[in-house]
Amino acid sequence: MLKILRQKAGAARAVVLSSRNYSASAKQMTVREALNSALDEEMSADHRVFLMGEEVGEYQGAYKVTKGLLQKYGPERVVDTPITEAGFTGIGVGAAYYGLRPVVEFMTFNFAMQAIDHIINSAAKTNYMSSGNISVPVVFRGPNGAAAGVGAQHSQCYAAWYGAIPGLKVLSPYSSEDARGLLKAAIRDPDPVVFLENELLYGESFPVSEEVLDAGFSTPIGKAKAAEILAKDGIDAEVINLRSIRPLDRSTINASVRKTNRLVTVEEGFPQHGVGAEICASIVEDSLVISTLQSRGSLGQMSQCRMLLTLNEWLFRRL
Amino acid sequence: MAQLTQRAATFQRTLSAAAVSSTRCLSTASTSPITVETSLPFTGHKIDPPSRSVETTPQELLSFFRDMALMRRMEIAADSLYKAKLIRGFCHLYDGQEAVAVGMEAAITRKDCIITAYRDHCIFLGRGGTLLESFSELMGRKDGCSKGKGGSMHFYKKEGGFYGGHGIVGAQVPLGCGLAFAQKYSKDENVTFAMYGDGAANQGQLFEALNMAALWDLPAILVCENNHYGMGTAEWRAAKSPAYYKRGDYVPGLKVDGMDALAVKQACKFAKSMPSRMDQLFSKWTPTGIMDTLCLILEAPIVRVMRLVVSD
Repeated sequence: MLKILRQKAGAARAVVLSSRNYSASAKQMTVREALNSALDEEMSADHRVFLMGEEVGEYQGAYKVTKGLLQKYGPERVVDTPITEAGFTGIGVGAAYYGLRPVVEFMTFNFAMQAIDHIINSAAKTNYMSSGNISVPVVFRGPNGAAAGVGAQHSQCYAAWYGAIPGLKVLSPYSSEDARGLLKAAIRDPDPVVFLENELLYGESFPVSEEVLDAGFSTPIGKAKAAEILAKDGIDAEVINLRSIRPLDRSTINASVRKTNRLVTVEEGFPQHGVGAEICASIVEDSLVISTLQSRGSLGQMSQCRMLLTLNEWLFRRL
Repeated sequence: MAQLTQRAATFQRTLSAAAVSSTRCLSTASTSPITVETSLPFTGHKIDPPSRSVETTPQELLSFFRDMALMRRMEIAADSLYKAKLIRGFCHLYDGQEAVAVGMEAAITRKDCIITAYRDHCIFLGRGGTLLESFSELMGRKDGCSKGKGGSMHFYKKEGGFYGGHGIVGAQVPLGCGLAFAQKYSKDENVTFAMYGDGAANQGQLFEALNMAALWDLPAILVCENNHYGMGTAEWRAAKSPAYYKRGDYVPGLKVDGMDALAVKQACKFAKSMPSRMDQLFSKWTPTGIMDTLCLILEAPIVRVMRLVVSD
């Protein structure tokens, strides 16, 4: 059975850890430390990078991800904001317009819904609408998905929502290596990135190699990672840790499905219109041979309010 | 309508007063300074307003006239193109409000930033945009300032300090405060003018941004262009308190006659020079572009400058 893991699920985590080879010299690092060190190194390397969010400074981070950074970089670069997501997200995006590289923290992505207009309309679409005149190098990060019994309003997974938006990159790291590499790549990226962490993973420890610990390390965005080959209970499965929701690594997924002819998608988000649904659609389009099935073509390509009728016609004629 | 007629009568009086009281002899190329009184006094909120006497030159007045007339003609032409269905989608026009764009430009540099909502064609011109770029963008052509991908509401010119062109009402105000944040962070000695309408003045994110801008002492100036309509809804039906310049509460505000380019210039110069970099809330009275039907008021900002130029 093929399992595609987008986020840690309890069983998968145990399986992956048990089958790792521990070398004596491999350092253990928690996801929290990985994120903290990535932020620290990127802030040190580029003065334009700054942090803003609730409790990021004096409180040392709501989940202690930004611990020590206020002391090291000062209040100009680690900015505690009032509890006003729409306002401070807009301010972060405006700072990115000017050329700074803000990292905006949401205490959870549930609260980012208050700011979602700025994430999508002010950040994601601006590079396109300005035809490259204004780029928006902002990172929106924070815990996403379920925590430990925090209730319906604090537990939603937003991967599918943000994953649908052209102009955004959406990342979902699993291990410490993922967290470090992808956060560094996100901060260095010239476009807006939504970085979906998970509160339950912050305290989890993973081995990291010397390469991962290097300040210059980063993980290319858009590549899934083949995880372990499971031999548990006689199940032979390829496990793919997606890591990147947008761009989705369709080639890796399709190659694996074509090899095994089986697919299981696992996600925390709501199933309808979810990431798993998109993976299935990708398989149907790219790997299944059904002669009567028409491709979705360019439906939904980035084209906001088109002012020119003929371009609209051209886009819709491709259906 | 009665209110508009009353204002028209007031303007007729102030126009004649300005013309009669001047003892100028203007030569078009002259750069010798002259002093003109603004037609209406400023009203301050938690601040002493600037003087009504504005320093200008004949050359500047002529440039005001030329720029405002150009903007007016561009907007009227855009209106015709829109009705001919050569411009599709939205087309929000700025005719009647030109004095704000022109007066502001006279007080600031291209290193200061301006961000506005979707009524952005003339601001774009003021920031160094060309007519070709404007009309091409409106008609969706690749020579447009956004290569045809933005349209009427998404003109940008980052190299001229113009950050758009925003379609979501009120979003530009936190973005503008972000620009000011970045200016302060980068230690640039410049300011950001975040413009919005009286409709956007009721938006919550405006007050969120205002709170942070005041808290962090950002070089942001919030400019409310009050044309008494928020989309199609009249001000009295949308706002409990129409004194937008007071809405900043702990933030000083200034009420400015938006029909008077020189008053706008004076106010912007005053705001920019505030030593403690307080952000301010302006309230400018201007009529709407598309909806106003009283020709005298539409003409007033340009005619006023014209009278100053030609009087002797």
